[in-house]
Amino acid sequence: MAFFELHPQEWEALSLSLKVAASALAGSLPVAVLAGYGLARWRFPGHGLLNALIHMPLVMPPVVTGYVLLILFGPVGPVGKFLEQTFGLSFAFNWTGAALAAGVMAFPLLVHPIRLAFEAVDPKLEEASTSLGASGLVTFAVVTFPLALPGVLGGAVLAFAKAMGEFGATITFVSNIPGETRTLALALYTATQTPSGDVIAFRLTFIAAAVALCALLLSEFLARHLRRRIGAADD
Amino acid sequence: MIEVDIKGRAGSFAVQAQFTAPPGVTSLFGVSGAGKSTVTRMIAGLLRPDEGRIAVDGEVLFDNVKGIDVSVRHRRIGHVFQDSRLFPHLSVKANLTFARWAGGRSEDRSLTEVVELLGIGHLLNRKPGKLSGGERQRVAIGRALLSAPRLLIMDEPLASLDQARKADILPYLDRLRSETGLPILYVSHAMEEVARLSQTLVILSAGKTLASGPVSSVLASLDPGTDLGGEETGTLLEGVVTHRDEQWDLSDVALDEGLVIQVPGLPASLGNRIRLRIPARDVSISLAKPSGISVRNILKAEVDALRPLDGAYLEAVCKVGAQMLRSRITRASAFELGLKPGQTVFLLIKSVTIDQGRVGPAVRES
Repeated sequence: MAFFELHPQEWEALSLSLKVAASALAGSLPVAVLAGYGLARWRFPGHGLLNALIHMPLVMPPVVTGYVLLILFGPVGPVGKFLEQTFGLSFAFNWTGAALAAGVMAFPLLVHPIRLAFEAVDPKLEEASTSLGASGLVTFAVVTFPLALPGVLGGAVLAFAKAMGEFGATITFVSNIPGETRTLALALYTATQTPSGDVIAFRLTFIAAAVALCALLLSEFLARHLRRRIGAADD
Repeated sequence: MIEVDIKGRAGSFAVQAQFTAPPGVTSLFGVSGAGKSTVTRMIAGLLRPDEGRIAVDGEVLFDNVKGIDVSVRHRRIGHVFQDSRLFPHLSVKANLTFARWAGGRSEDRSLTEVVELLGIGHLLNRKPGKLSGGERQRVAIGRALLSAPRLLIMDEPLASLDQARKADILPYLDRLRSETGLPILYVSHAMEEVARLSQTLVILSAGKTLASGPVSSVLASLDPGTDLGGEETGTLLEGVVTHRDEQWDLSDVALDEGLVIQVPGLPASLGNRIRLRIPARDVSISLAKPSGISVRNILKAEVDALRPLDGAYLEAVCKVGAQMLRSRITRASAFELGLKPGQTVFLLIKSVTIDQGRVGPAVRES
């Protein structure tokens, strides 16, 4: 059974990947809910441009996104310098930088299903809620958001899986530092570049596949459970 | 008391509505596209009129001169929508109490009382998706009632239901009217519902109010050719059920003028006041009192006026005692009979045209 026992470095890569992906999701989810709701419900100048900007990381080479992050959030980048000086927050060559890269790359996959979910909520229900005395914020919290929740969770699972596997932008932005930024995907890449790394590469592939499968099964289960709770399956 | 005097538009459709309604049920009546929904949305605060004033029970909700425009949220108007708009993810009970836990509205009616009034006690733990159309509308009415409303707007609440479901829900509307004492604005294009439920009638056509006032006088004074397309005109009568004939399943209804009309079945308990609606197209005219005829209600009348309609028809308004009855006949018949105002005629009303659906408990007009 020695084959199934993880080496410390493999544990490190797996737990780092989970930490990075979870942080990326936690950080981007509120922004994505706001962006998805805004794109679905508000009409404003620059609506199309904002939508295009959000989807940019999906169509650009990941290396480009990583390089842009390096320029903006790197130690000498304007945003990076500002955050470092004001909040003592640094994204340079550490795991938070990896989370930022993963979050940005997963963002379009998160926003799109959320936007569709909000668009599917009938505005007439919000009108009914207002006529019963609920404020805009309360209406969002107890009517709009709960009805969009299956879509939000679907997007979250997709984004989490994407963040787990992010490679190009991460390695460009925060490099490949063991224990700090060497996530599962980066460890796998390192293994393939090492002579006799085949066994490690195979084991990491197995772990990555298992995590992905769990995520997909969980998302399916959640979606079905929520749909039943909302009562949509009855119509 | 509802006071409405507004001008505005929805897209390119202009509306101009002006009416005052005493407490009770006020019906906003008109064909599809007459502007009923637009006016209703303006009163509810979902659409802003360009100018004018809206007040309910003396409380001003909109006044462009004084710069008052109370938001939908604070208007306290219970809105029952045609498509019920129940929240699908919440139980019936959570839907009913929504205005309290989400809207911060006070409790002026108890849940038990409303549940009992609408007969929805067995539905409380269900989801709206599991309800029938009629049940859904009753829950929607309950939800609006429990929002401490100063006015209840019912926007064609029966329009999406089939005939049997309508018959199920109408008795609940009767109870609602008589037991809550809440002013109700009832929007409909079905004359049967309007005639049965309302005290005040507002006729809307092409975005404008054509007439408003007590329901029977508005119905009597309507110009049928233009207002209602001829089909819907008729006469509204009130009377007391005085006699019941078990053998033939017929009841006598004595009208205020001492006339008696016979209707099938027993529309209400003996001694109760009820309303009858007689569509103009179900009233025929004869010069002599006919005999050997199946029609049971034959009333002696005097022709008061003849109003030509579009096409082949005209409407004869005839005086029966103090009551005006409307009859819709062809222009050719009127010519051949030589009808003219002042002439004595006999009106033939087919008993079978006065059925349960057109009979409702009467409400005294104040």
